[in-house]
Amino acid sequence: MREEKLVCVMCPVGCRLTVRISYNHGSGNGEAVVEGYRCNRGIAYAQQEILDPQRILPTSVLVEDGEMELVSVKTNKPVPRRMIFEIMEIVKKTKVKAPVRTGDVIIPNILNTGADVIATRSVNKKV
Amino acid sequence: MREIPVDVLIIGAGAAGMGAALGAAREGVQKVIIIEREDRTGGILNQCIHNGFGLHYFREELTGPEYAERIKSLLKDYENVEFKGDQFVKAIDYKNRTVIVVSREGIVLYRPKTLVVTTGARERPMGGILLPGTRPAGIFTAGVAQRWINLENRKPGNRALVIGSGDIGLIMARRLTLEGIKVEAVVEKMPYPGGLERNIRQCLKDYDIPLYLSHTVVEVRGKDRVEEVVIAELDNNFRPIAGTEKVFKVDTLVLSVGLIPQTNLFKDFLRTDPWTKGIVCTSSGRTSMNWIFAAGNCTVIYDLVDWVTEEGEKAGKYAAFYVKNGQEAAKFPLEKGQNVGILFPNYYEEGTNLNIYLRVKKPMDRGIIRIKQRNNLLYNKVHASLMPSEMVNVKIPEPKIGVGDITVEVVEA
Repeated sequence: MREEKLVCVMCPVGCRLTVRISYNHGSGNGEAVVEGYRCNRGIAYAQQEILDPQRILPTSVLVEDGEMELVSVKTNKPVPRRMIFEIMEIVKKTKVKAPVRTGDVIIPNILNTGADVIATRSVNKKV
Repeated sequence: MREIPVDVLIIGAGAAGMGAALGAAREGVQKVIIIEREDRTGGILNQCIHNGFGLHYFREELTGPEYAERIKSLLKDYENVEFKGDQFVKAIDYKNRTVIVVSREGIVLYRPKTLVVTTGARERPMGGILLPGTRPAGIFTAGVAQRWINLENRKPGNRALVIGSGDIGLIMARRLTLEGIKVEAVVEKMPYPGGLERNIRQCLKDYDIPLYLSHTVVEVRGKDRVEEVVIAELDNNFRPIAGTEKVFKVDTLVLSVGLIPQTNLFKDFLRTDPWTKGIVCTSSGRTSMNWIFAAGNCTVIYDLVDWVTEEGEKAGKYAAFYVKNGQEAAKFPLEKGQNVGILFPNYYEEGTNLNIYLRVKKPMDRGIIRIKQRNNLLYNKVHASLMPSEMVNVKIPEPKIGVGDITVEVVEA
């Protein structure tokens, strides 16, 4: 049995969660028992966080002809943490042409995660 | 010199200033002007491209630039608000109530009925922590490294050590890692981390970045560029323990060692708190001069930008009230009781709700926050996991509050 302590990030309350992970070697099934939650989102969060953590990835993308050199971006949904560096490789090679508007899709469905990389600021064309 | 009369003049268009503009505009004063050093609104939010903002204020998780854009869009319906970028405040004459501002348009003399100070904070620089060793290139404050990476597309170095485990340090450790800069470790002099738990997890644990608690930098080595940084463990009196030194071969040192309220323009005539260095305020945001209000990180360093905007809004609202009826209410001091490290505001002003922000002096598993006015108990609740790094916000509605000094204490439970 393994025990992990987590802070729930589903809302600003930040419940201190304890997850007890037990493995049933006979059946191959495991169980993650969550304690310390104040709502059901805490249970879902802790189980996801232990099995396959998901993160919003905020970063930036190069802009051509923009008033700024970079446009800040994020994935519009959490992506598996294990894929972050793979996603960064693609993001680093991406260039967009100004103007860019907040919410514009820069890379759709990145690596089939179901998440789009979207702009989080507007960058006007250089004048 | 051109003269401009204005009802509410706001200095700084960051999260607090934009909130103040909103608060003042809603009260229907004739003219609100926000002046800002940068060419755009948003302040530091523009370079904070990470998510985690807005959960309180917008009920949605946003990145810094998105948060900034949201507040800006809330303001666009108000025709009584004018934003002026690329402005520099030269001087404030508090006796004649004038503000001299320099910009490409020339020199302008503002005659505001009220002033709202929302100038934010500055980072504590290297000199502020007496860093031993040489002074090579490659030493950055976290905010400068952040600006380089997120706005200017410049890479500060290849291998880095971060001093200070506050949220900015943690977020920069992750950001540097994502941009291909190897972060060897984060070093913290306190026995506990300075940042929010979620940032420890999502910025350090996610990327296997070690955190050295109770450690500090004892030497910076390098001639032209940082070559090595030596850290050592600290004893209970914060003295380095001989023999515990570790050498890191890094070319970059990132300092995240605290923010200091930016009050240079005002400290000759506004009272500041000797402990926090912030502008002393009442619960309406009023400073020690009744026509000047202040909000945000120039008053106390907040954990959440949402709180900064909320406090800005309140200061803007009361500034507008002052324009309309010029009254000043009675005020009562807030006193720090046991285990309270930081307490804001400094005074309760009659007729307002009391929105208290506090930091405990030491970590506590459980503590009772007790707020008393004379013999009247205003608040008495158990809080779990109190940490100096996590600011606590307690709201006490106006009808509960009477007259007299208010004491805030935290009793270990």
